Amino acid sequence: MAVPEVQIEPEKSKVATVTNGRWAGYWALLGARMKELWREPEVIFWVFAFPLLLALGLGIAFRNKPADITPLAVVNNSHAQQVVDLLERSASKNAIHADVVDEKTAFDKFRLGEYALVVTADDSGLHYRYDPARPESVLARSQVDDALESASGRTDPLKTEATESSEPGARYIDFLIPGLLGMNLMNSGMWGIGFAVVDMRQRKLLKRFIASPMRRTDFLLALGSSRLLLMLIEVALLLGFGVLVFHMKVEGSLLAILLIGALGAVSFGGVGLFTASRAQKIESVSGLINVVMMPMWIFSGVFFSYERFPQIIQPVIRVLPLTALNDALRAIILQGASLSSQWSQLAVMALWGGVSFVLALKWFRWS
Amino acid sequence: METAIRCRGLVKTYDGKVEAVRGLDLDIEAGECFGLLGPNGAGKTTTIEILEGLLPPTVGEVEVLGMTWKGHERELREQLGISLQETRLSEKLTVRETLHLFASFYHRPASLPEILDELSLNEKADARVGTLSGGQKQRLAVATALVGNPSILFLDEPTTGLDPQSRRQLWDIVRQFQRRRGTVLLTTHYMDEAERLCDRIAIIDHGKIIAEGTPAQLIAGLSGHHVVEFAIQSNNGGVGDEIWARLPGVQSVRSEDGLYCLRVDEPHHTIPALLSAVQARGAQLAHLTTRQASLEDVFVHLTGRHLREN
Repeated sequence: MAVPEVQIEPEKSKVATVTNGRWAGYWALLGARMKELWREPEVIFWVFAFPLLLALGLGIAFRNKPADITPLAVVNNSHAQQVVDLLERSASKNAIHADVVDEKTAFDKFRLGEYALVVTADDSGLHYRYDPARPESVLARSQVDDALESASGRTDPLKTEATESSEPGARYIDFLIPGLLGMNLMNSGMWGIGFAVVDMRQRKLLKRFIASPMRRTDFLLALGSSRLLLMLIEVALLLGFGVLVFHMKVEGSLLAILLIGALGAVSFGGVGLFTASRAQKIESVSGLINVVMMPMWIFSGVFFSYERFPQIIQPVIRVLPLTALNDALRAIILQGASLSSQWSQLAVMALWGGVSFVLALKWFRWS
Repeated sequence: METAIRCRGLVKTYDGKVEAVRGLDLDIEAGECFGLLGPNGAGKTTTIEILEGLLPPTVGEVEVLGMTWKGHERELREQLGISLQETRLSEKLTVRETLHLFASFYHRPASLPEILDELSLNEKADARVGTLSGGQKQRLAVATALVGNPSILFLDEPTTGLDPQSRRQLWDIVRQFQRRRGTVLLTTHYMDEAERLCDRIAIIDHGKIIAEGTPAQLIAGLSGHHVVEFAIQSNNGGVGDEIWARLPGVQSVRSEDGLYCLRVDEPHHTIPALLSAVQARGAQLAHLTTRQASLEDVFVHLTGRHLREN
């Protein structure tokens, strides 16, 4: 007679109500956020594919290649053959290609950049035409001059010796990858938090959330956590790409890199949240985000060293969060520096993130 | 009867000048479906959002389930189900994922299969929100309000823009919720919705309640709760309104685009008189209908305007 009772049991348990624990909301928000990101093809492209394409393109364009052969024009006159013969005898004959052409052609093609240097020989000696503003022209002048003088029997009083060095670690791609990583963490922090929040505000989803018992801290924590998870993937992808494709050497500890990356992601998340704290429309927040990011694209040493900017603005450049992030990433990835040696960069990032997060909470509008 | 929602002297002023709500008192009983009926811009949404604790009133007191919003927000949120006007839920999530998300915010949520069943969203449970029709989206929005097992359901314009079938489906959902002793507060500018769905109604215009009661009471309050509508074809020019007002039992006359509306007490006395009056003037009836007076007539009587005016 116990059989019917046993059959009733599963029926009961199916209807039994679930009780949610303290963190159920946080986990559900994080899960929903990750699913949304994953299902957005644009996000996948901009966060993952775009930086890799950029690294690949720039890595190929600025790859370290043997010095180009210098294109040289020798103006056709009675002395031209003499110049060509001298070059033939010189040690750098393989690095220089000389064409004997008439003066007009020589000057025209020099102007168009086809020749780096024009040599005119006459009774009084050699005359070089070069452009001091073109690095390859300046180089060609000293190279050709050196070749001709030594082939003519110049003796150098000082004995010199040179060793060639193009080790991984000193190449442009090595400089570039940490910079791209920093820029990517900034982009995805600003867009991933700033844009997402305003989009939800515009759709009245934020208001709908706070009409439920959702804890506001859970919402912000879930947003931050989703950034950290994406950060892991971004770091792994870009560094892995550098190592596999460009044989880049990662000198520092992976843990230190991830900690820097996490601080960078959270810091830019804070700046993103601050940027988005009041904006009502995605159009206006898009403008704001670009205004905030633009100076850092230019000044923070993503594509080239910020040392190129005048000394007077260097202190300003150094307190930008992206400069701090890039410097710390480069020091650890390329030079194997310790985390503690980067304390000033860490402090800059923590300050930017902390101050903007506090201001964001103060100003934040849920509706 | 126990009071579910109570407010006194509600005033909301935006930017110190625009008065959206101008002194509103409401008592909504537990278990009833109460409707705030009024034209767009009457202050319905502002009122319901103040009651939902989403907007602070400039002046006035609100008590929900015997509690004020200050100091009891979490407790109240656990017991209220709220559907806002035009929330766009995440299009990339499925129906089930969306409901799971909202359920996770409540300590004791309803079971998802039951909610999906009740709101006829079973077939669409694994479809992305972006692929749903307007009616399905609106049912999902109501589902996110019901998923917390609320004792009060707030619906702001729940059927605006929906097709007739979807509207009827939503009405059924509201009735089902009420059958489980739930309290409903909804806003609408559809008088048929208010008339069919609501136990009691407050008609709101310019931020004030201009009439309150059951739909039947409000209509009965009109002197003349039948309406005779007709149009005539006449060869000898226009006919003045005055002659219709003199017909027996006529309480008021309105004319719009050649259509006359008479509010009358006893149509069986008015109509024969109307027919002979038309005949006496050598005109012909082009149209004649009679109907019960509706809330629309109540609104027109009170304000001289229609609920939905262009």
